Amino acid sequence: MNTKDYRPAGTQDPASWDMVGALNLSKQLTTGRVLAELAEEGHDDLMVLTADLGRPTQVKVFGDKYPDRYFNFGIAERNMIGASAGLATTGWKPVISNYSFFLALMGVENIRNDICYPNLPVRMVGTHSGIAMGFYGTSHHCNEDIGALRTLANLTLMAPCDGNAIAAALRGTIKHEGPIYFRVGRGREAVVYEEPPSWKIGGSNVICEGSDATLLAIGNLVKAGLDAQKLLGSAGIRLKVVDCYSIRPIDKQRILTEAAAHSVLFSAEEHNVTGGFGAAVAEVLAEAGTSTKLIKIGMPDQYSILGPPLHLYRHYGMDGEGVAKVIRSSLR
Amino acid sequence: MVRRETVRLTDICGSGHYGSAFSIAELLAVLYYQLLHLRPQEPEWMGRDRFTMGKGHAAIGLYPILADLGFFPKSTLDTYTRLGSPLGDHPDMRKVKGVDFSSGSIGHNLSVSAGMALGLKRRQSPARVVCLMGDGEQAEGQVWEAAISAAHYKLDNLVGIVDINKVGSDGQTKEIMDTHPLTDKWRSFGWHVIELEDGHELQQVFNSLNEALNGEQQLPTVVLADTVAGKGVSFMEGTWEWHLGFLGPLDLQQAYAEIAKGLA
Repeated sequence: MNTKDYRPAGTQDPASWDMVGALNLSKQLTTGRVLAELAEEGHDDLMVLTADLGRPTQVKVFGDKYPDRYFNFGIAERNMIGASAGLATTGWKPVISNYSFFLALMGVENIRNDICYPNLPVRMVGTHSGIAMGFYGTSHHCNEDIGALRTLANLTLMAPCDGNAIAAALRGTIKHEGPIYFRVGRGREAVVYEEPPSWKIGGSNVICEGSDATLLAIGNLVKAGLDAQKLLGSAGIRLKVVDCYSIRPIDKQRILTEAAAHSVLFSAEEHNVTGGFGAAVAEVLAEAGTSTKLIKIGMPDQYSILGPPLHLYRHYGMDGEGVAKVIRSSLR
Repeated sequence: MVRRETVRLTDICGSGHYGSAFSIAELLAVLYYQLLHLRPQEPEWMGRDRFTMGKGHAAIGLYPILADLGFFPKSTLDTYTRLGSPLGDHPDMRKVKGVDFSSGSIGHNLSVSAGMALGLKRRQSPARVVCLMGDGEQAEGQVWEAAISAAHYKLDNLVGIVDINKVGSDGQTKEIMDTHPLTDKWRSFGWHVIELEDGHELQQVFNSLNEALNGEQQLPTVVLADTVAGKGVSFMEGTWEWHLGFLGPLDLQQAYAEIAKGLA
């Protein structure tokens, strides 16, 4: 770990680190900072809720500035979800920030009955999705949240892939009257967007053009796609990478346009390939009656093994090399 | 009226939660006709008191009151549970004026109510929030998560009512899962506890709920109401069998007659 300018109080060894040092590495978790900016700009109906994860999910910065609008519910996620619904009925715009597996998977029934069924304007930011928790173990991996949430009527489901995307996502949807779930990483993601990108419900962004193949990606796989594009480029394969950040509703037009241009499409996600983003793409292709084949890159339909996150990404082929390998062999 | 209409609406539906609706009849009557601040002609009024049902399956007892107060036409009651009706076995806040929150999943609504109470306090609103729960519902872990958070955030504008009617779907609550002693539990969770000995005696009901809503305590308050499932119809009283059921024509007449006698 490289925490450089920071050393825990009372320690002398540069190799020592504590939670503060670790959190300093999660630069891309911009939720708290962006919400504080929005509050400063006059959004005085924002409230932030967490379940003993205000520091790891980086929303405490909001709480420090607006303590009357920051509520820690302790390790009681379902109660927090219900309370957010109650707050929304009294005119507040609650934003929940929590690890995705405790929020989306433990809380799915509360999200359904308390937030989505009454169609309340609650924002949920599920962090550390996919296998980002690495060696903390399979119980902390979250490869099923898209599958669970994609079936909830009224819910908008989006995946901002870096800090600027989170900023664009929170700002670009601030007026939306229904619930939104943002699926984000652990905050150590590589930067894809140098500034907040354009953002709309049902939209997508072309990250780089290429005429030989198209990769429809979300989350960490957008950056992996960019790395793959470079690797494939040196072999003469020009790859187009699209950040399909809006998972529900999905950008059908984009998918069908790409399908019309290729006999095979690629989807990529840090999620079980069953029921996830790739499955949503497959539905669009099948319902439109296209003959385009879809190759889904993602987590296999089994429980993930544990290990350091970067090792896991390599193991599951979710880095640039892994993505490039699948595309190269498929186009051969 | 609550009991009579419950019988009538269940006759429309073909199945209904008699026991749970009958045990809360007096609690609902005192709340809606004497204590809650509401504006039926302005159902979204932000200053209104809120009422939520953890035990949403007793909504059949609430609908006749909401219609009687003018939240929606009484004729709507006749559509109860028919295809496309706004009135189902469990209440829907988006379809029924006067319903403050949808329910169906037991154990959720004290959390929602705590959120409402927190939101109202932060708005400096004098409005109160009342959440009606069942005694079987006390087995839900989320109830106690909500209880902890309400005490933590000092939600003195939040009132819980536990309808201790002592039966559930599978029989006597004590045999299914004994959640007593409830007084000690709620008190140890930091709540002001009021024990209502007879949840069907109107003066007692009023005194307890009035203290809960208008008392000086600086804590969230729970009213533990001792009630009788199926109260008002002799063959239903105290039975788990009539938690859910349907009355044939002869029994229907007897139920109406006994309910009318009880009102005399």
